[in-house]
Amino acid sequence: MATRSKAAGARLLPSAEPVRFIEADGTPVARRGLPGGPELRAAYRALVLGRRFEQQATALVKQGQLAVYPSAHGQEAAEVGAVLALRSTDWIFPTYRDSVALLTRGVDPVEILTLLRGEWHCGYDPYTHHAAPQCTPLATQAPHAVGLAFAAQARGEETVALAFVGDGATSEGDFHEALNFAAVFHLPVVFFVQNNQYAISVPVRRQTAAPSLAHKAIGYGMPGVLVDGNDAAAVLSVVGAAARRAREGEGPTLVEAVTYRIDAHTNADDATRYRPDEEVTGWLARDPLARLTAYLTNSGQLNVDVEAAVAAEAEELAADLRTRLVAEVPPPPRELFAHVYHRPTQRLRDQAELLRAESTAPEGS
Amino acid sequence: MATTSMAQAINQALADALAEDERVLVFGEDVGTLGGVFRITDGLAAKYGERRCFDTPLAESGIVGMAVGMAMHGLRPVVEMQFDAFAYPAFEQIVSHVAKMRNRTRGRVSLPMVIRAPYGGGIGGVEHHSDSSEAYYAHTPGLTVVAPATVADAYSLLRAAVAWPDPVIFLEPKRLYWSKEEVTLPVHAEPIGRAVVRRGGTDATLVAYGPSVRVALAAAEAAREEGWDLEVVDVRSIVPLDEETLVASVRRTGRAVVVAEAPGFASVASELTALLAERCFHALAAPVLRVTGFDIPYPSPKLEHHHLPDVERVLDAVAALQWEDA
Repeated sequence: MATRSKAAGARLLPSAEPVRFIEADGTPVARRGLPGGPELRAAYRALVLGRRFEQQATALVKQGQLAVYPSAHGQEAAEVGAVLALRSTDWIFPTYRDSVALLTRGVDPVEILTLLRGEWHCGYDPYTHHAAPQCTPLATQAPHAVGLAFAAQARGEETVALAFVGDGATSEGDFHEALNFAAVFHLPVVFFVQNNQYAISVPVRRQTAAPSLAHKAIGYGMPGVLVDGNDAAAVLSVVGAAARRAREGEGPTLVEAVTYRIDAHTNADDATRYRPDEEVTGWLARDPLARLTAYLTNSGQLNVDVEAAVAAEAEELAADLRTRLVAEVPPPPRELFAHVYHRPTQRLRDQAELLRAESTAPEGS
Repeated sequence: MATTSMAQAINQALADALAEDERVLVFGEDVGTLGGVFRITDGLAAKYGERRCFDTPLAESGIVGMAVGMAMHGLRPVVEMQFDAFAYPAFEQIVSHVAKMRNRTRGRVSLPMVIRAPYGGGIGGVEHHSDSSEAYYAHTPGLTVVAPATVADAYSLLRAAVAWPDPVIFLEPKRLYWSKEEVTLPVHAEPIGRAVVRRGGTDATLVAYGPSVRVALAAAEAAREEGWDLEVVDVRSIVPLDEETLVASVRRTGRAVVVAEAPGFASVASELTALLAERCFHALAAPVLRVTGFDIPYPSPKLEHHHLPDVERVLDAVAALQWEDA
């Protein structure tokens, strides 16, 4: 028994080095297991669109059109790869930094930014996109993914739930509880940790003394996988395998995507206070988009025409986003009371009436 | 008519909900094989199977968080927090997600789920087993908060809670678990959102909910000897609150005492008192008074009787309602 457990345990440990299919300069590590051209070109397109979306969102903050934008610049391969590895019926549970994941899922960019424009909390319909509202309290969305997976299994669906989590959130109690529940109930969940090295200013070494975040999986009895989060091909493959395991009834997987947040936490943050410029420069050399572009170009799977078409599509996306976002108006104030309960209580009806009377009162009254 | 305890009524409500609706699940700590530390879920796992009624790892935030995901995807989870004060690890899930999901998503995602918690004192529980935490929940927009005081209500309100489209905090007065009534189940009492006059009276109104309703009724009985004819209103549904029944009673009697076990400062009792003062001012012959627990951490078993509102303390408050002016 002890020996068997030991052997089973060893299989749960991550590899010493992150799974990588493509080197930073675009050289393939090995052809074996590399996703094919159509898959990688879809990832390329999503990376380009995601990056352009982020640039536009950051610009909109500077123009005062958005309250704040938490950038995922540098992490796009992780965001894109995780979503493209899933079926559209699989659920994703994103955090506030995972707008590119939502864009890749097909959510309208204007609806993604409703939250950060400050017009409502969640701008999209979670049921249309199988995407939960972007979650701000850390790791609290992880048990939701577990519950959704439980319900999906109970209903006889093949649905997988993927929870996005950051490195800092792995310290939260809900991260632990979610992994434990998912493993105990053997549920179809993928926990996808983007280790971007910092939780605002605090480095990952202050979050854990474990050899890696993926090592935490063995404590729950689930496999942990370490993947190069700047290699879209590797993320696609690793998350794809985890989703397949989940779908085949083999339970949850913890994936740690090693990546880097190139920009500050948000536009309100000053990253120079906690990390050296050389560190950022080093990670810029491992850029996920440049890497995939180089590989696809060198292997003859991407030509200038496709590149130009995708670039044009990205410009179109940005222009359309600018136009429609600035035209957005907040919902009418009466809606403040409409969604608290399935029907407003008498108190809420009274308060709605108070607000209505205030806003229709003549000037100076 | 059968003699039924509140514990049996809750058990029957859960059993009937499980039998009638395959989307209903019952889970929590020790609720499966053991049947719960208060035996409220006794026999449910055996009858409905471990996919419908089951034990979870010992983690309240995980229990409530998992229920959120289930409710998002078509199930109707009914979870048990083993004791009132053991629910606090789930507080973030309850406040940030359970209460807000409908609002965050502009009405697109609702969470039909029930969080049951044995609450209140009076059973000689050692620390962390006797809290009255209703104010935390009542203060959180998006939560429906109910507390039955009778066996019939325990059954009926719980069935209503399971069928309710919004998340419900269902507070079970643990010292009433073994109280009995002549009642045949299933029973359909007044819906969520309605208060009930438990005893008619003309001189003053006692307002109470959960475990304090019995205290109020006993006080009303004892008050007869003093020559006071007291009305007792059982709030039942803290959110949504049936202001009209409360206000109508107090406008009729002109005097009111609010009785509740929780510490009085910034409490549900405070809110009820303020409401009655605002809406019944011209009918009031005296300020609305409160009889509540003291503003102290819940006391040890041998001291708790000092803390809990009792008949004497309620009668003292009634006596202070400026009768000399009447």
